[in-house]
Amino acid sequence: MAIPSDPKQVKQICFDRINIPDVNKLAVARKHGAYEFLPTVLSEFDSARIVDEMKTSGLRGRGGAGFPTGLKWSFVPRNTGKPTYLLCNADEGEPGTFKDRDIMRFDPHLLIEGMIMSGFALGVHDAYIYVRGEFLHEVNVLNAAIAEAYAANLLGEDILGSGYDMHLTVHRGAGAYICGEETALIESLEGKPGRPRFKPPFPAVEGFYRSPTVVNNVETLATVPAILKFGGDWHAAIGVPNNTGCKIFSVSGHVNKAGNYEVPMGTSLKTLIEEQCGGLQHGSVPKVVIPGGSSTPWLTAEHYDTPLTYDAMMKAGSMLGSGAIIVMDETADVVAMTRRLAHFYAHESCGQCTPCREGTGWLERVMTRVENGQGTEEDMSVLSEAATHMAGRTICALADGAAAPILSMLEHFPEDVRARLLEKAA
Amino acid sequence: MSADTVVPEMVRVEKDHSEKACFSDDRLAEIEALVKRYPSVQSALMPVLYMAQEDYGYLSMDTQQMIADVLGLRLMQVREVVTFYTMFREQPCGSYLLEVCTNAGCMLNGANELVAHMCETLQIKIGETTPDGMFTVIEVECAGACGGAPVVQVNNVYHEKATAESMDALIAECRTAGGQ
Repeated sequence: MAIPSDPKQVKQICFDRINIPDVNKLAVARKHGAYEFLPTVLSEFDSARIVDEMKTSGLRGRGGAGFPTGLKWSFVPRNTGKPTYLLCNADEGEPGTFKDRDIMRFDPHLLIEGMIMSGFALGVHDAYIYVRGEFLHEVNVLNAAIAEAYAANLLGEDILGSGYDMHLTVHRGAGAYICGEETALIESLEGKPGRPRFKPPFPAVEGFYRSPTVVNNVETLATVPAILKFGGDWHAAIGVPNNTGCKIFSVSGHVNKAGNYEVPMGTSLKTLIEEQCGGLQHGSVPKVVIPGGSSTPWLTAEHYDTPLTYDAMMKAGSMLGSGAIIVMDETADVVAMTRRLAHFYAHESCGQCTPCREGTGWLERVMTRVENGQGTEEDMSVLSEAATHMAGRTICALADGAAAPILSMLEHFPEDVRARLLEKAA
Repeated sequence: MSADTVVPEMVRVEKDHSEKACFSDDRLAEIEALVKRYPSVQSALMPVLYMAQEDYGYLSMDTQQMIADVLGLRLMQVREVVTFYTMFREQPCGSYLLEVCTNAGCMLNGANELVAHMCETLQIKIGETTPDGMFTVIEVECAGACGGAPVVQVNNVYHEKATAESMDALIAECRTAGGQ
């Protein structure tokens, strides 16, 4: 297995080595190309060239926001007299998302190599991987891989004789969804409750301990070695313009073969589900597809053919998000699903902004009544108003995420909600 | 892509440590090395809380005070972190903590029925511990393994595509391992 140098032939980037037995071990990973190009990067590339390659590549952040990675890196000020930090966001808490886990547990050296190259580009000497607390196995795999990398002088002082030093530490979260938000992650890494910070200042200027900080998702960092090896132009030729490269989609719910699938951007939702995921459990068209994690607006059968790109998903009224596709077939109870998600957001709200703290609780209480057949017609407008008034009025996007399923349910399935209200009368 | 599943280690609960909560010398050396990896000592708080939870089973008020003393933090700085994050426990749990995800992907694949079955088997409600102190069942938010839904974590070991039968078998194995 090796990534083809012809971009038209590329089917996978991050998952290229994923099925190789024991590729989490350094010796095996090296046999299959890990760290092969690193000496060239450390000796022949400089920071400006790497940032340029990343900009040319068109890579957009794979954690959910889809912000261009090269541009994010270019915002980091130089010569501030403060250290610059690189933080890998491996919090992976968005319901439906489970892609970074596979990179970490099966091919940890891909992430480590990506972090060394990224750290070198940004002048970083201390980097951290913030892993959600539940992923204890993944933390252990990463720590073992990091220990092997230190022993082989791929990390630590004077990496491979290049004069570049970088230390890498794995840090475990402890079960707070909000810590996937980058400023909450920074607060958490500082040993505090994970409450998002006001922006600006953005982390690139004032992040971890008020120093310039870059926070990138696991999949984003794992794409860096291929981009530097084959060039930004190579990556830009994969996928479709403005939505370049490959993307891992975590498909779950009512499909026959749930799992992670990496495909070139622009593959259609229907193709992915029918050809890779073995189709739906019941029926031929989905009732609902949540395309980018539970915080993104729902799509229905009408948008089943939508290409999997940031732009096409936005045009269809949703977001590509983290690529977490939750599929519901005709048997799904959308009211029960919405109530369950309302509970999630109420549980995970950090509580610092009133519209979110109070609003998520309201949504959950009203949805619980509706699910139990005790709701009234008025509850539908209460849900709509509360959701509308929360979104966009808080420090972070959790409130928007909480509003999305409510507003989607009301927009696409008002009859399902009304049927529940009638249960009481019946 | 596969991961082995094994019966996890039991949670150790030191019942009488509270009078003289004190890390072992090995732990103190580990903490000293850990602190050096961060720009400031406060970053070491969460890893140190995990160490204490591993050693004592939960984080009593005395343990939290000890951690504040060891790291030179105020008790409130420790308290606000312990209470913010769901994975830090202020009360002991059973020797086997069964965490059932009931969020979207798991719910669509029968997690609610599964957790009801487990509670029935163990004769407890969600959030409770069996009278012999062996098992605690809780409902958790998305475990990040929806491809293997429904997912049950047993002392942080993932069991994917869990069924009523596989959970009954696991509970029986845990009972044997726990000497019952």
